[in-house]
Amino acid sequence: MNDSHYCPHTPEEIAEMLSVIGVSGVEDLFAPIPAALRATTFNLPSGMSEFETHGRMQAIAGENSQGMINFIGGGFYDHLIPSVVDHLSGRSEFYTAYTPYQPECSQGTLQALFEYQTAICRLTGLDVSNASLYDGGTACAEAAMMALRITGRNKIVLDGCVSPFSRQVLKTYLFNLDVEIVEIAPQSGLLDRAGLAGVLDDSVAAVLVQNPNFFGSIEDFSVLADQVHGVGALLIGSVYPIALGMLKSPGEIGIDIAVGDGQSLGNPLSFGGPSFGFIAATKKYIRNMPGRIVGETVDRNGKRGYVLTLQAREQHIKRHKATSNICSNQGLCALRGLIFLSSVGKAGLADLARLNRDKAEYAKAQLAGIPGVSVLQSAVTFNEFTLVLPKKADQVVTALLEKGIAAGVPLGQYYAGSENALVVTVTEKRTKKEIDLFVRELEAALCN
Amino acid sequence: MQLIYEQSVPGRRGVKLPASDVPAAPALPTPLLRKEAAGLAEVSELDLVRHFTNLSRRNFSVDTNFYPLGSCTMKYNAKVLENSAALFATFHPMTALLPGGVDFCQGTLGMLHDLGLLLAEITGMDEVTTQPLAGAHGEMTGIMLIAAYHAAKGNRAKKKYVVVPDSSHGTNPASAAIAGYEIITVPTAPYGDMDLELFKKAMTDEVAAVMMTCPNTLGLFNPHIKEISDIAHSHDALMYYDGANLNAIMGKVKPGDVGFDVIHVNLHKTFGTPHGGGGPGSGPVGVKKALIPFLPQPRIVKDAAGILQLETTNPGTIGRTANFFGNFGVMAKAYAYIIMLGGKGLIRVSEQAVLNANYIKERLKPYYDLPYDMTCMHECVFSASKQLAHGVHAIDIAKFLIDRGYHPPTVYFPMIVKEAIMIEPTETESKATMDAFIEVMIEAAKTAESNPQALLDAPLTMPISRLDETKAAREQNVCCAW
Repeated sequence: MNDSHYCPHTPEEIAEMLSVIGVSGVEDLFAPIPAALRATTFNLPSGMSEFETHGRMQAIAGENSQGMINFIGGGFYDHLIPSVVDHLSGRSEFYTAYTPYQPECSQGTLQALFEYQTAICRLTGLDVSNASLYDGGTACAEAAMMALRITGRNKIVLDGCVSPFSRQVLKTYLFNLDVEIVEIAPQSGLLDRAGLAGVLDDSVAAVLVQNPNFFGSIEDFSVLADQVHGVGALLIGSVYPIALGMLKSPGEIGIDIAVGDGQSLGNPLSFGGPSFGFIAATKKYIRNMPGRIVGETVDRNGKRGYVLTLQAREQHIKRHKATSNICSNQGLCALRGLIFLSSVGKAGLADLARLNRDKAEYAKAQLAGIPGVSVLQSAVTFNEFTLVLPKKADQVVTALLEKGIAAGVPLGQYYAGSENALVVTVTEKRTKKEIDLFVRELEAALCN
Repeated sequence: MQLIYEQSVPGRRGVKLPASDVPAAPALPTPLLRKEAAGLAEVSELDLVRHFTNLSRRNFSVDTNFYPLGSCTMKYNAKVLENSAALFATFHPMTALLPGGVDFCQGTLGMLHDLGLLLAEITGMDEVTTQPLAGAHGEMTGIMLIAAYHAAKGNRAKKKYVVVPDSSHGTNPASAAIAGYEIITVPTAPYGDMDLELFKKAMTDEVAAVMMTCPNTLGLFNPHIKEISDIAHSHDALMYYDGANLNAIMGKVKPGDVGFDVIHVNLHKTFGTPHGGGGPGSGPVGVKKALIPFLPQPRIVKDAAGILQLETTNPGTIGRTANFFGNFGVMAKAYAYIIMLGGKGLIRVSEQAVLNANYIKERLKPYYDLPYDMTCMHECVFSASKQLAHGVHAIDIAKFLIDRGYHPPTVYFPMIVKEAIMIEPTETESKATMDAFIEVMIEAAKTAESNPQALLDAPLTMPISRLDETKAAREQNVCCAW
């Protein structure tokens, strides 16, 4: 009985259909598969009802520890999600549709993506956005490939303060292409500007920086933008969208291509995905953008409508000469991002950014008050900062996990010589009470 | 409909944020701050809800309309899967990467590991990485694994080419190009599969991989697949299986048994997770033993004590292909789908998907040209060539279907069929739904003869008529001016 999940036919209907086709059994339809190639085993579980299935999933979720207090970020952030995000993105007219190939019956998705692109342009201060990419890491890689195409050069310079995950993804993407990657080691949690100046010449396609960076430091890259443009290269900036409620926008800085991870915009942590990546650029680079782009136009009666546009860039037309191999986007996650941004709104995003910084500054001051603990960077920070502990951060983090606190990301495994450094994240969700508890527990852990 | 920005009123607020319980931090230096707030919408919550609810009503979707979009497997998405995925919403991926953190993530890591085992059994592979975020991302990962395999044997420079049939998805050559390969395209023979003689000629020791979709994009299973993989292997080329059409063959044939070395699986197609208006998808990649040393990291492994661990020290790895462990939320749905349907359920899925496609093919054959007239798998590809004689193109038939409440099939793909109409009903559609669709398709064919203008004018019942795509591409208006 359980075998029939979501397959509606009765035996009578199956018989009727087989007679129309002119075969005696369903098995006859598989005759094109040579007998010698047929599967001899299929060792899978026996199946169950949706109720038992959900029970099993509850049991799996129960095997993770519950209610961890997160002071970890590193690209994914524990932010509030307004109720409307789940409810509206949960409309199955959105989530059971597909890529809007037929615009007349997909105006809902298309207009939403146009509004999403608008939100990303306004947030980043740039002219054009695509309809989203997979995640922040792959967005960095796509931006680098875009810069290689635009400049016709083959060198990418990476600020070592960019997320190590994003740098690793970028290196994986570019490994098989004829591209030289130069990495600039961080200096006390900041870009080594002299080191960068030493490698910046007219062979460089792009420089990739992150703001705030992996250590949490905020930097002003305006001067850097001029230097990069001076050698005919592009500046790619990976940004944190919540921080853009406060920080100078990529457009104002002079960044040519802005990328980032959209998880913090209304997408749950969900053990790392799905989220979405965003990419925005100045208008002259639009034909080199990867992925889907929605454009405004009119119908036969002059009525406004939306379509997928500039498709001649894409793989289904250009095949191996396409600007990217990407086919889908992360439509539903981008929709969640749009609903989030529209719910929080213009003034609300600024408030949210301020709330994040207020909480983080409070935590930073309290934590730095613990004997032997100091803050790594002299630079200002947003909602992440790096502590230098009097002992190895690994041991402290492991000890605090037992107390239900994810204390931060130890830097030792990403930066040699940083074994005592810990990147702490404090979002608006952390209460003063939780921060105070963290301070007490950290102090206790350091005493042991 | 107005844009959300056109409904904005300066000063109007949406969701209320919590009050701060800490002192206000001093302001940042002005040069670091943005000059003005980002021009996001300023709307009330009710206006927001009405806006997006009304937008949603301007979509066709599986839950509202039959959606036989060929190559996309638009099956019903069981509601319980949404509930199950939501159970994992609060788990931070970074927890698992902390020292000692895996102990706190045994449920989620275990599920990913189990999903890998299930997919390995379904596809006949030895190990699966769940990191790739979509089908094309899986293809890219898979070809990079193949590149690493050849490099480890000292053959990276020698192996320059990837062979694809001309019926392949555009993502195949595009993914191979990112992995640094040049493409050799082999034409399709009149019997509907890659031309075997031309394939043999194309194969040299310089070929790194052959990418196949099987059944192919014509919905046909290539009976020579074993021979093709034997030829490829004789040149030390590896076989890549594009899993887009896996819905046709579960339990019937395993790609790993017929010579494939690498496969990606589109969880959003075969394993019942929703397509989300274009994503999120998920594209786990399965490999044979010889390729395990190159898998992306962190790799989820079970230690001798049965504890899930993250392996990050493998020197052969191609590296990281995504920031964390892949689209976990999508994988939770696919995992729930597989354990719910079980082996027999999955076999039935493939059987009824194939039954439905053949039923539609037989019933529409008298009315539409069927360039490759043979038993199909999960989808069938017609041509609107008969209708073209009356000035009606595939796109016009598609628009007529929209007026009748059907999402059109895929049109103009595969490119090798002129005026292609590619129909994939999936297993979840009832006979009654398909019969009603068939009648409308027949009506379209008859209208093409009697009143072609009616098809050229369609659709008339939607909020908009056909759009000027040239204007969109010329003006490049991709964001609402501010």
